[in-house]
Amino acid sequence: MAVKAARRPRPQRAGASRLQSLFWRLPWLRPLLLLTPPMGWFVFVYLASLLLLLITAFWSIDPFTTQIVQTWNLDNFRIILTDDTYWRIIGRTFLIAALVTITDAILAFPVAYYMARIASRRVQTILFAAVLLPLWASYLARVYAWILILNHSGLLNWSLQLVGLPPANIGYTNVAMWLVFSYIWLPFMIIPIYAALERVPESLLEAAADLGAKRWRTLRDVMLPLVLPGIVAGSIFTFSLTLGDYITPILVGGAGSSFIGNVVYANVGIANNVPFAAALAMVPIAIMAVYLLIAQRLGAFEAL
Amino acid sequence: MSDGIWTRIVLRVWVVLILLFLFIPIGLIFFYAFNTSNIESWPIPGLTMKWFTATWDDENVRSALALSLQAGLTATALALVLGSCAAFAIHRMTFFGREVVNLLFVLPLALPGIITGIALNAFFSFNGVELSIWTIVVGHTTFCIVVVYNNVLARLRRTQSSLVEAAMDLGANGFQVFRDITLPLISTAVIAGGMLAFALSFDEVIVTTFTAGGQSTLPIWIFGQIRHGILLPEVNVVVSFVILVTVIPVLIAARLTGGGGASRVPAAR
Repeated sequence: MAVKAARRPRPQRAGASRLQSLFWRLPWLRPLLLLTPPMGWFVFVYLASLLLLLITAFWSIDPFTTQIVQTWNLDNFRIILTDDTYWRIIGRTFLIAALVTITDAILAFPVAYYMARIASRRVQTILFAAVLLPLWASYLARVYAWILILNHSGLLNWSLQLVGLPPANIGYTNVAMWLVFSYIWLPFMIIPIYAALERVPESLLEAAADLGAKRWRTLRDVMLPLVLPGIVAGSIFTFSLTLGDYITPILVGGAGSSFIGNVVYANVGIANNVPFAAALAMVPIAIMAVYLLIAQRLGAFEAL
Repeated sequence: MSDGIWTRIVLRVWVVLILLFLFIPIGLIFFYAFNTSNIESWPIPGLTMKWFTATWDDENVRSALALSLQAGLTATALALVLGSCAAFAIHRMTFFGREVVNLLFVLPLALPGIITGIALNAFFSFNGVELSIWTIVVGHTTFCIVVVYNNVLARLRRTQSSLVEAAMDLGANGFQVFRDITLPLISTAVIAGGMLAFALSFDEVIVTTFTAGGQSTLPIWIFGQIRHGILLPEVNVVVSFVILVTVIPVLIAARLTGGGGASRVPAAR
C-alpha cells in the first residue's frame, strides 16, 4: 500500500516514503520501535529496582558505618522470623487488612446490588461517578478528615452528644485504623462487585424462581457464587493496599498500631538499614503472591 | 428475580447512608478551611477567609506547591509519551507478551506504594544517584504510565481501522494519516490520560517520600504538618485545594471519555 502510494503524483519527501516502505516490508519494526522506550523504562528502572530490592534483602549493613555490606546472608530473614515483635506486627497488619476487606465487602454489596439491578440508567451513571470520585480526592485529605472527625471535640462526639450518648474515644486506636482503612478503600470494592452483578444473567435468576427458590435462597445459591469473583477482585485492592500502608497507622493509629510498612519506613528513613527494610518488604509481597494465587483460582482476574 | 418494595426501600436507605459516609468527611474539610478558630473542633465557631491569605504567604507551602507542579507536569509529559507509544505498539497486536505488558504496567499501582518506593530508593542509592526533583519524576512517571496507556489503548481499540485505510487509499502518507485521522480521534483520550496522570502525581505521598530526599512536595508538607499537629488551619486550606486540583481533572477526564476513562484504573493511594 505504502509503496504504491509513493508512486502517486502527490509530492512526498523521499525520506519519509523510504521509512514508510521499510515499515511496510518489516511489519514488526514499528511496534518494536514504539515499544522500546516504555518497555526499556519498565525493565531498566522499575524491574531493575524490584530485583535489586530482592537482592538487597540478602545483604546487611555494617553496624558501625551503616554502609551496605554486599555479602549474601539470611540474617535479616532469621531476625524477622525469630523475633516475636515482628510476628506481632505482621499478625496485626494481616488481621486488620482482613477485617477491612470483610467490612468493605459487607458495606459494598448492597450498594453494588442497588446500582446494578434496581437503579435506572441515569441514577446508575450518577452513582458510578459518586462512588469513584472519593477515590481520586486526595488520600491524605481523606485520612486527615477522619482525624478531624474522631478528634475529642470532633463531629463524632458532637453527634453522639446530640442524641444523648456518651463520647467515644476511638481516635488513635486500632479501631480508628480499621474505620479509616474501610472508608478509604470502599470504592475499590463497590466497583468490581457492581461489574460482576451487571453480568449475572436475568434468566438464571428466573430459572431459580421458577424452580421454587425463595429470594434468599436465590441470593445465596445463585447470585453469590456468580458474584464471588467480583468480591475477590475488589479484595485484592483493599487487602493489598492496607497491607502495605504506613501513613494511616502513623496518622490515626495509637502507640501499639505499627504496621509492616511502619517498620520498613523506619528502617529506611531513621535506622538507614535498607537491607532489613527490603527483607521485611518481602513479607507483604509474599502474602500478596499467595493471595493472588488463590484469587486466580477463584476466577477474580476475569472480573477485574 | 424481582425485589419487593421493602427490599428496595432498605437498599435505597443503605445507598444514601454509604454516600453520606463517603462524602461527609470530604465536605467537612472545606468547612474547616473557613474556621475562625485555630482549634479544630466541631461545630466551627465562625467563618473567615484569613487562613487562605496566611497559607498563600507561607514560603514553605509555595515552594512545596512549585515542586509538586514541576514534578507533576514533567512526570505527566513523560507518561504521555511513553504510555501513548506503548498503546500504539500494543493495539492490533495479539502476541503472547501482551498480557505481560499489561500486568507490568499496572504493577506500580497494584503493589503497595512502599514497595515501589523503597525499591526505587535502593536503586538510586545503589547507582549513586542523588535524590532530586528528577528522582521524584522517575517515581511518578512509573506509576502514571498505566493511566495514559489504558486510556489511549481503549480509544484505539474503539477506532475503526477503515478510516485509516481509507485515508491511505486516498494517497495520504503515514505522517498525514497520523496528523489528520488518528490524532483527532485519540486526542481526547490522550488529554484525559494526562489529566488522570497529573491528578495521581499531584496527590502521591508514599513513593515520593522515598524518592524526594529532603525536598517537600505538597503532600509531603501536608503529611509532616498533620503528623506533628502544627499549622492545621493552613493544612485545611491546602488539603481543600489539593482535593479540588485532583478531582477537577478527573471530572473533565470522565467527561472526555464518556465516563469510562476514570474507572479503568483504580487510582491508588
